[in-house]
Formats: sequence, structure tokens, C-alpha cells
Amino acid sequence: MTDSFMLQDYAYVGFFCLIGVIFVIFVFFLSRLIRPHHPTPDKLESYECGELPIGSAWVQYNVRYYLYALIFVIFDVEVVFLFPWAVVYRSLGFFAFIEMLIFLAILIFGLVYVWKKGALKWV
Amino acid sequence: MLAFVIITFVKIAVVLVVFLLLIAYLTWLERKLLGHFQVRLGPMRVGPHGLLQPIADGVKLLFKEDIVPANVHKFIHNLAPLLTFIPALIIVAVIPFGSGIKILGYEINMVISNFNMGILYILAVSSLGVYGLVLAGWSSNNKYSLLGGLRSSAQMISYEVSLGFSLIGVLMMAGSLSLVNIVNAQDKFFNWFIFRQPLGFILYLICAIAELNRAPFDLPEAENELVAGYMTEYSSMKFAMFFLGEYGNMINISALATTLFLGGWHGPFLPPVVWFLLKMVIFLFFYIWIRATLPRFRYDQLMNFGWKVLIPLALLNIFITAVIMIL
Repeated sequence: MTDSFMLQDYAYVGFFCLIGVIFVIFVFFLSRLIRPHHPTPDKLESYECGELPIGSAWVQYNVRYYLYALIFVIFDVEVVFLFPWAVVYRSLGFFAFIEMLIFLAILIFGLVYVWKKGALKWV
Repeated sequence: MLAFVIITFVKIAVVLVVFLLLIAYLTWLERKLLGHFQVRLGPMRVGPHGLLQPIADGVKLLFKEDIVPANVHKFIHNLAPLLTFIPALIIVAVIPFGSGIKILGYEINMVISNFNMGILYILAVSSLGVYGLVLAGWSSNNKYSLLGGLRSSAQMISYEVSLGFSLIGVLMMAGSLSLVNIVNAQDKFFNWFIFRQPLGFILYLICAIAELNRAPFDLPEAENELVAGYMTEYSSMKFAMFFLGEYGNMINISALATTLFLGGWHGPFLPPVVWFLLKMVIFLFFYIWIRATLPRFRYDQLMNFGWKVLIPLALLNIFITAVIMIL
């Protein structure tokens, strides 16, 4: 496959994305033009099952979610590292197998460490 | 050259229209099937067997008043639905739904772009969807929304890891990231990756449900505790966009499952596109069936299952595949 071919494929994807974005934004503003708009103070209250909301929802929240996000970043990057290896695995043979074994071992070690540390425990 | 441009335009238009129609009729299918699972009839009034119901719903949502509470962050509140729907829409660009055909002497590929990094593109774009949900949850300034947004982002990133791992086995066997090449690697029935990667297939199915935030992993919108999760403060077309994004992702996930595991468009007698759609509908049916059958997980069960069961299993799958291929 030549370079120009690859660029062409990128161009198609880019073009499709462009049309997709334009279409979605068009629908968004179309609906803004044709729908009614009659706000009253009661309508503009935050919904809390009919009760008046107490305080803002913009508060600091459980760090638990943050830990998962951190672990996720590490593992997702490892997934991306595995992709190119997987694609050429057949032609690389035994050497690539050993290499990946070491890589996966480090990965699994990381998972076990996080597990033992209790970061995966939901409280 | 002109013919080339016209073909591209027509192809994009057809794909967009078909995709939106599929989303619309997926909502019909879901309501109808759920109805019959619960010994009801489902929608029956609008058109024969409720067939015009999705169109009526669409028109209604387009004309509905948009209520934006006074204390939301206006800009992000508007941006979030777009960020949810656009990724779902642009994933379709790389999914091959048939082999090439010839019309009036022009060779037409049944894919918008035979992108040589198709799967990477799909994973990258689909993880953008998280932004829509978490921003919607935060910008609404509503406790239900905030909780829903946090839950869905934690859930989606947890299962995205195992989703990525579960695809690696397929990539190793196919030796390509291009979806067209992956389908071509499954030309015979017993070459389908569902037979060569059974564990990967099951992992993919489970992670896909979690990625879609659907039952039994529908904690972000657990109705009885969080009202509607991150969509609580949305109405009108913005609400519809979350809906479109969700069902669009459902179609994408099913299309990807068909491409990666069920041999894509390959099949006897019928034209390739029909085979592709048929296999896709099997997956859609399966997801709706699961929704009607299984109760919801508890949140700690969900996180434990993702990190302590699925990820080790997915790593094991990669290891087994590597060993088998080296032998």
C-alpha cells in the first residue's frame, strides 16, 4: 500500500467526521428554532423529586473514583502497547513471545500490587 | 474524478441515513421485544404494529420545549449531548458492511474508508464518549446527575481495559488492524474468530454491555436510585441526542462484534450486506434479551467483576493465544 493510498483513507474518515459533526450541530440548532420556550421559575429548579435542592451539587466527591481513573490510565496505555505487537506477532515468532511474556508479567505484577494494596476494594 | 467524488458523497449520505433509521427502529425493536418478553404487545397504535412509533417519537422530541435549569453551567450543558452523539456517529466510517460491488462500471467498496488502523480508531473514538457523560453529569448541577456521571465514567473506563485486551487475540490471529482484512481472514465458516477465540468473544460480549451502560450494568441510570443518572436535567433534542448516542453505540458494538467474531459479511446465498445486517440484529436481540432477563449488579460487584475477573481472564486469553500460535 502506498502513502497516497493511506492519506486517502485518512481523508475519507476526516470527511465523514466533518459531515457527521455538521449534521449533529444542524439538528441541534434546528430544534432550537422550532421548539417553544416558556420558562417559569418553577421549571428552572434543579430536579430533586419535588423537594427544593439543598446546596449545590458541585462538591468534592469520593476519591475512590479517582484511584480507578489512575489505574485505568496505566492499563489502557499498556493495551495500546500490545496492539502493534499483536499485529506482527505471527512474523516475529518465538522472540516476540518471550518479550511479551516479560511485559505481561510486569503488567500482572502491577495488577497484583494494586489488588494487594486495596485500591481495587470498593468501600 | 468527479464520479469518484459523487460516489463518496452518495455513500456517506446512504450510510448516515441508514444508521439513523437503524437507531430509530432499534428503539422500536427494543420496546416491542420487551413488551413480548413481559407478555404485552408493546407499541401498537402508531402505524401497523407501531411501526411509525420511532418517527412520531422523533418529531415529538424535536418540537418539545427545552428546559434548562437556572443553575447549570450553560455551555458545557449544551456541549455534552453533542460529545455523546458525535463519537457514536463517526465510528461508522470504518465498519465494512459488504464486499465490493460493481455499479455502472464503477467499483464500489462497501465501506467508507478501508482504514489500516480501523480498530485503534474505533477504540479511540468510543472512549471519547465518556467525556459527554461525565460533563453532562457535572454541568447539570444536580446530585443525581453528578452521581450518574461519576458512576458511568468509572464503569466505562474499567471495562474499556478488558475490552481492549479481549480484541488483542483476534488481532494476533488476523495480523491486521484493518477491519476489512480481519473480515477477509474469516472467509470460511470455521475460520470465524468466534470458534478460534471463544474466550475473547465472551469477554467482548460482557465488556460491550458494560460499555453501553445497559442492564445488567446499567447502574449509571439506575432508575430507582438516580432518576435518570446523567440525563436527569436534559429534555427535548438534547435528551434525544443522549438516546441516539446510546443506541448508536449499541449498533456500533454489534457491528464490531459481527466484523471481528462472526465473519462480517461472509455467508452463503444472500447478498453480503443482508448477512451483515442479519448477524448484527442477532447481537442486538441478544442485548435486549439480556436486559429483559438479568437483574442489576451492585456497584462493588460491578467493579470487582471488571478488575478482578475480566482483566485476568483477558490476559490469560492473550497468553493462551500466544502459546497456541507459537506451537
